[in-house]
Amino acid sequence: MVPSNYYLALGAILFTIGLFGVVTKRNILIVFMCIELMLNAANLTFLTFARQGGNMAGHAIAFFVIAVAAAEAAVGLAIVIAIYRTRGTLHMDEVKVLRD
Amino acid sequence: MAVFWIFTVPLIASSLGVVVAKNPITAAMSLVGAFFCLAGIYVLLTAHLVAFLQILVYAGAIMVLFLFVIMLLSLQDEVLGVSRLKVMQGVGAVGCIGVFAVVYRAILASGGRYMPQVDEGYGTVKAVGRLLFTQYLLPFEATSLLLLVAIVGAVVVAKQRI
Repeated sequence: MVPSNYYLALGAILFTIGLFGVVTKRNILIVFMCIELMLNAANLTFLTFARQGGNMAGHAIAFFVIAVAAAEAAVGLAIVIAIYRTRGTLHMDEVKVLRD
Repeated sequence: MAVFWIFTVPLIASSLGVVVAKNPITAAMSLVGAFFCLAGIYVLLTAHLVAFLQILVYAGAIMVLFLFVIMLLSLQDEVLGVSRLKVMQGVGAVGCIGVFAVVYRAILASGGRYMPQVDEGYGTVKAVGRLLFTQYLLPFEATSLLLLVAIVGAVVVAKQRI
């Protein structure tokens, strides 16, 4: 048997890798993938606590997180296509109409 | 314990592959590998339904969507964009390590406990489905509305002219 803090530490490592990607990468697609990685780290933590507590509420939450991630990916990739069509770039620093 | 490491080491390696990859297709394929390893970890946590959903929805549907978009855009090298300056990457790495240190301290303070025994039907489709259709019925139905809104939104945003 593996103690619960191994799973929690694994979730923290995955979240940190995803956060590093979101902070440093400038390609919109890779930033999206890193967000998916962070959502998965949250899912892993939910499932660990569900297993430790012995109830299945965390499984229901993980199900909802997967559904939200699917919706986010659909809308986000549509936005990526729209940005690429109007600006011809996927570089995040060049998409700054609202910032200027 | 051995099975845990069999899934964990490739999981961390492939999720690092997402971050270091230059090409989005390489990143997407290593993310698929990470999702498969994570499904194995979920099975270790006796979350069988979520493990199958992970493979079906994440590694199947969402990553196929990503790959379709990457293929559709036919990216040249200058479009992919150069990374940020090395200095910014270093600052980002230091900040991420700080976040990790805070979380890791909390995990250490909570102390590692061994998982209790669970009964036979824990985490199966039947048990989780019963929970979804009784206690979480309203969020479950709201999820269907969310997916509908996402479909309509994706069509509206990506369509050339409406």
